[in-house]
Amino acid sequence: MTEAAKKETPKGLDQGIEVGASSLTGEKIEGVIKSVLDNETGARLKTYVDTCIHCGLCSEACHYYLSHDNDPRYSPVGKVKQTMWEMLRKKGKVSPEFIKKAAVISHTECNLCKRCAMYCPFGIDIAYIMSVVRRIIHRLGVTPLYIQDTAHSHAVTMNQMWVKGDEWPDTLQWQEEEAQDEIPCLRIPLDKEGADIMYSVIAPEPKFQAQLIYQAAVIMDVAGVNWTMPSGIGWDNSDMAMFTGDNELMGRIKRTHYETASRLKVKRIVMGECGHAFRSVYDMGNRWLGWREPPIPIVHAIDFYYELIKSGKIKIAKKYDQPVTLHDPCNVVRGGGLHEKARYVIRAICEELIEMHPNREHNYCCAAGGGVINCGPPYKMTRVHGNKIKAEQLFAAKAKGAKTLVTPCHNCHSGLEDIVHHYEVGLGLKFISDILYEVMEKP
Amino acid sequence: MIDGKAWDWETGQKKIPMSDWRGRFGWVEEPYVSLDGEKVAAIVNTGEEAFNVCVNGDTWERDFDKIWHLRFLPDGCLTALVSDLGEWTVAVDGSPWQNMFGYVWNPLYSRNNGHMAVAVQQDMRYCMALDGKAWNETYANITYFALSGCGTKTAGAVQVVDADSGEIHKFKQGTFSAALQGKAWDTTFVNVWNLTISPDGEHLAAEVRQSLYDYTIAVDGQTWDRVYTCVWEPVFHPTKHHVVAPVRKGGYWMLAQDGEILWDRPFVQLWHQMFSPDGDRIAAVVAPGYGRWTVAIDGLPWKQSFKDMVTDAVFSPNGKRVGALAKEDRSWYVVLDGVPWSNTFDMAWQPVFSPDGEHVAAKIEKNGKFAVALDDHLGPHICDAAWDPIFSPEGDKILLRFIEDNTYYRRVVPVGEFAR
Ligand code: SF4
Ligand code: SF4
Repeated sequence: MTEAAKKETPKGLDQGIEVGASSLTGEKIEGVIKSVLDNETGARLKTYVDTCIHCGLCSEACHYYLSHDNDPRYSPVGKVKQTMWEMLRKKGKVSPEFIKKAAVISHTECNLCKRCAMYCPFGIDIAYIMSVVRRIIHRLGVTPLYIQDTAHSHAVTMNQMWVKGDEWPDTLQWQEEEAQDEIPCLRIPLDKEGADIMYSVIAPEPKFQAQLIYQAAVIMDVAGVNWTMPSGIGWDNSDMAMFTGDNELMGRIKRTHYETASRLKVKRIVMGECGHAFRSVYDMGNRWLGWREPPIPIVHAIDFYYELIKSGKIKIAKKYDQPVTLHDPCNVVRGGGLHEKARYVIRAICEELIEMHPNREHNYCCAAGGGVINCGPPYKMTRVHGNKIKAEQLFAAKAKGAKTLVTPCHNCHSGLEDIVHHYEVGLGLKFISDILYEVMEKP
Repeated sequence: MIDGKAWDWETGQKKIPMSDWRGRFGWVEEPYVSLDGEKVAAIVNTGEEAFNVCVNGDTWERDFDKIWHLRFLPDGCLTALVSDLGEWTVAVDGSPWQNMFGYVWNPLYSRNNGHMAVAVQQDMRYCMALDGKAWNETYANITYFALSGCGTKTAGAVQVVDADSGEIHKFKQGTFSAALQGKAWDTTFVNVWNLTISPDGEHLAAEVRQSLYDYTIAVDGQTWDRVYTCVWEPVFHPTKHHVVAPVRKGGYWMLAQDGEILWDRPFVQLWHQMFSPDGDRIAAVVAPGYGRWTVAIDGLPWKQSFKDMVTDAVFSPNGKRVGALAKEDRSWYVVLDGVPWSNTFDMAWQPVFSPDGEHVAAKIEKNGKFAVALDDHLGPHICDAAWDPIFSPEGDKILLRFIEDNTYYRRVVPVGEFAR
């Protein structure tokens, strides 16, 4: 997005929501709600709604609730009460003002992190209910501007940052050249059919963080991996359409990603350190397309580094000497179970790991995930103020000696950067690959 | 069909040693082999920011600053994307196209002859170039690309209305169209995806999204009468002016022709539809149930389905048989007319039919080595690299192209002696 368009918009004046809502009629709202509820939700939503006893046990799970002095409006069930229950109770007869509020709540006050599902005695998945609200918001055309723009980028370019067709291979070739200054014969093999692994990333990497591609190339090269990257679409594994409720577009993006890998005849896809993308490829997008499991095995970077270190393909020259603390990203830990592998990797590459508490699948969300950070600057303070509890958690880890915060997820990384900065936590942030690249043995 | 009549089907074996290549160059990239099997080539590094191509041991006359995407055309010409002093173009057998561009990518190759197209960026404007000649028109962006089967027409999804990122409402009015030979349709759409050009090169079809919710197929800018919640890639009939495409209704996929439902049986998924060469039959990859994959022919799915995926479906040249690849867990199967071979593989490539459809061969990988399998028999040529097998025009011989121990082999084997 251009700098001009990035001007802070006062809360409530999101042009995606405002302009979208201005053309809503009661009839349209009712029709869309009815259509989504009748045709797209089935027994799952009904069971959740019928089962909930309004006990509020889920409240303590939510970082927004905890960060807002236990304000019930921010409790998981409170968010459902303000959105889905009203839609159900009024049989879809809700006002455009209500829809605007529902758009803000579902898109910016819930990270779809699923922590609350662990606290509910019935395992009610509030994140799913919020996703249904977002689906309704999408169908009504009231999605917040920034994330809608990201979805449009996906739709045009099949990547989330409007990276054009020429910019992608050009960036890879530039990174290859840079890396050849360090390892003269290093290659980023493009479109190498029959390689073992296709490496895929998310679009912020070529756009702003090309060093991550450089580091990945060095890791692949040193480990002797037979790998490739596609020069055309399908290289971006991210999927903001999953979070805007544009399921059709989500499916299209995932199809492109998997069919690119299929065309390249690779046996596995390895993806960079991203959480939401992982959820989109191994759970949401593949299933919408009819693939119960990923058709081609997909390996998250944490799992891949674990494999490389454990098998001795990557050796550590000298461990990172600053004490680190590890943020467990929701989608790869609560969703993907990679917490012990992450610890194995961290212990292999760092002198000291200081656990933050709670941790592993109980860790607090970064408040950036679930597409919230992608709703842009207008909601930056929503997520920063909505995660005071995270700052407290980080301060506690710092008090025990942690100097560096490791976040193996792009959204977490950016979101925690804002939190560390705002609350002046004073921790440095790194991806695992930043440290791995630094400490590994290189030729 | 590749016309292999003029190829050498008599010499049993030809060898090209490659063992000295590594010593001669900084590095040697992955090799490619011509369809007739007479040439093996690889991009080689010849110094700092200096690259060349080694073909049968000889290099092109001159180096380039960078070379990538080396591929043979069906007529045997060797092409690559090359750069010189910061500009890019295509080199054919070492000679660059006359026109240089800001960047070129997404090469497309004609199926049976020697045409080649690329996407072009020049001064941050976008178009395509075919055999060295760029479109007269340029656009703010180009996203999807097509080359006609005959190789003489190009098309792309092009941005015809300027919209900055962030202008979501303008975007929703429609900023994209499709251009055939550079000339865009008058109509605009929110999105245009997966273009295809008719066999005669005269018509262009594409998937379009008319709003964020309404999908349909457009042919020469005219949309079908009906909209759907989603559509996939359209395909032209080989001889008649019909277009078929998968469409989504009520959460299921069906096959539609010219806007009317053709296969009314609903599938959880349906894509990669294709006509038999005579146009009489249609096959498609389908999911008859959630997490089950197979091939349907004229709407009727094979009895056996597979867990992970089905891909690379193909009709035999006479249109009577259909082959495909299926995957379950880590095993790949070659499936013919619904029945999988007993052999399973770590990877398999699209099945290749003999001209009469009697025999089927496929390149496969097992335990890190490659081979060709014929009619469910693994050939004796286990090797480090292999290319798709090709049947002779009479169907009595099979051409094997492979590398073992740094030597490239071109071997012609009578079908009857293959497994011996
Ligand atoms: S942010 Fe997480 S814990 Fe809070 S309501 Fe949403 S899913 Fe539940
Ligand atoms: S804990 Fe479960 S049952 Fe209780 S209010 Fe929350 S969602 Fe409802």
